Amino acid sequence: MDRFVWTNGLLEMNETLVIQQRGVRLYDGEEKAKLDVGVVLLSTHRLLWRDQKNHECCICIPLSQIIFFEEQAAGIGKSAKIVIHLHPAPENKEPGPYQHSKYSFIELSFKEHGQIEFYRRLTEEMTQKRWENTPVSQPIPTGPKAERTRAVGIVGIERKLEEKRKETDKNISEAKEMVELSKSIANKIKDKQGDITEDETIRFKSYLLSMGIANPVTRETHGSGTQYHIQLAKQLGDMLQAPLEERGGMMALTEVYCLVNRARGMELLSPEDLVNACKMFESLKLPLRLRVFDSGVMVVQLQSHSEEEMIASALDNVSDKGSLTAEEFAKLLGLSVLLAKERLLLAEKMGHLCRDDSVEGLRFYPNLF
Amino acid sequence: MHRRGVGAGAIAKKKLAEAKYKERGTVLAEDQIAQMSKQLETFKTHLEEFASKHKQEIRKNSQFRVQFQEMCATIGVDPLASGKGFWSEMLGVGDFYYELGVQIIEVCLALKHRNGGLITLDELHHRVLKGRGKFAQDVSQDDLVRAIKKLKAMGNGFGMIPVGGSYLVQSVPAELNMDHTVVLQLADKKGYVTVSEIRDSLKWERERASHVLDHLLKEGLAWLDSQAAGEPQYWLPALFSELLSRDVTPEEANQMTP
Repeated sequence: MDRFVWTNGLLEMNETLVIQQRGVRLYDGEEKAKLDVGVVLLSTHRLLWRDQKNHECCICIPLSQIIFFEEQAAGIGKSAKIVIHLHPAPENKEPGPYQHSKYSFIELSFKEHGQIEFYRRLTEEMTQKRWENTPVSQPIPTGPKAERTRAVGIVGIERKLEEKRKETDKNISEAKEMVELSKSIANKIKDKQGDITEDETIRFKSYLLSMGIANPVTRETHGSGTQYHIQLAKQLGDMLQAPLEERGGMMALTEVYCLVNRARGMELLSPEDLVNACKMFESLKLPLRLRVFDSGVMVVQLQSHSEEEMIASALDNVSDKGSLTAEEFAKLLGLSVLLAKERLLLAEKMGHLCRDDSVEGLRFYPNLF
Repeated sequence: MHRRGVGAGAIAKKKLAEAKYKERGTVLAEDQIAQMSKQLETFKTHLEEFASKHKQEIRKNSQFRVQFQEMCATIGVDPLASGKGFWSEMLGVGDFYYELGVQIIEVCLALKHRNGGLITLDELHHRVLKGRGKFAQDVSQDDLVRAIKKLKAMGNGFGMIPVGGSYLVQSVPAELNMDHTVVLQLADKKGYVTVSEIRDSLKWERERASHVLDHLLKEGLAWLDSQAAGEPQYWLPALFSELLSRDVTPEEANQMTP
């Protein structure tokens, strides 16, 4: 609607009225314009609209601004419409009823019918383009002639873009509603209003997961897990046994992520899926554990590889060789350097090893203190 | 498992709660969950329609991906949170980023022995593209940044340090505070830095500068060239331009991958 300009409604020299129709409401894109019902007039040069009650209120748009238009059939409670797609407003446009609009199309809603004839005459005028042959005394802002030839190709693209924008807007507003709704539900769960069953809570969490909404509700038994994560945890329990054995009973979570996703090929796990599934190992009594070291490194380790064993083995190896760096220890056990370092740090934390920290590297010795 | 909400006492309590809510005009949470379930179905259908038309575009068009992500952020929805999310299942956004995550981890791992776990976003971008091959979809730096943000959830020290107009990507849990970061930024221009330069630019005492440089050496992020003319130079392999450094050989890469 920001393409329209105010006008006195008088026709210019060489401008002829083609058809007019009363009972028409204007729409800015899909939204009703801030105007009442009026009369729409088609001339050889312009499309005009005048308020039925207040004749002073009159606006117009040059026909050259129209890229494309189409009919929209009437529905239950809805009048038939003509949808008109427009070029962007020129820089030097005169003032009109709308400063800005997010839409590049308008709609004419024919409350008292007449759309068929109007559409026919509009088609005629847009085909003949009589305004080009008979310029009027007052300059009407028009797009450059080149736009006309472009219009045919642009029509298809603009329509597709509009479609996409409409659909995206629809999806966005639906999603927004659900985010609001989920916040309300989550608050109620937290405040323990009403009687929400365990099942309903689990269902709710799976909805959050589907939508990608952060889950503010956690339970002691299941953490942020859902049915999906429970299943995933069991799958991981099976899948990771052998690789863990091969790697000394421990793997960094990033290693697991790569291993699992490479194996899957499609329908990959998100990092968060993996973390949430691993968090469930303990409550599901699976033989794996998720462990977070002080440094923040997260690993999956076999239950069977207890802490004492790891520390004892670290101490043995270091004592054996006199001293070890993380790199040397890694080579010895076939572990990654990262995890080798974590084990040495752990043994140090328990007081079995002590460090020699220099620019040449971090070296561990048996703690003789 | 004892189900709440079953039994005469519970029913009476529920009726009372319902009455109270109707009075106050608020809606019961159970009713809202039912409502959400319906809305979810509708949303899913609309998204499916959208996806059938625009799925290809998401895969091919990095600009569209940026817009899409921004739109989701304003709503408060994270389309990459789970592979089980609608966004992921229907639009395929997830797989694109999760696979990218795998590629990022692998590149960082392969080069860690050389740069200590620090790499420029440019070099990471270049190597990921190379690894993906000629016929793979385009990947922008924005895509990498988003994938890296997701990797943080796995606690392996993935982070981004702003340096010289772009970023350094950190893939190890080395602790890098403000002092370390500032020295990295200083080193960005030439790829190395000296104690004097630090003292001149940042006005630090010798000890503070040495402390920071020692830490970088220990973490394997810096190399010491003690034979440089003048004073020792601390080089950051992460900042080496690829033209100056040789590539990782396959043997080296095999050794390094766990």
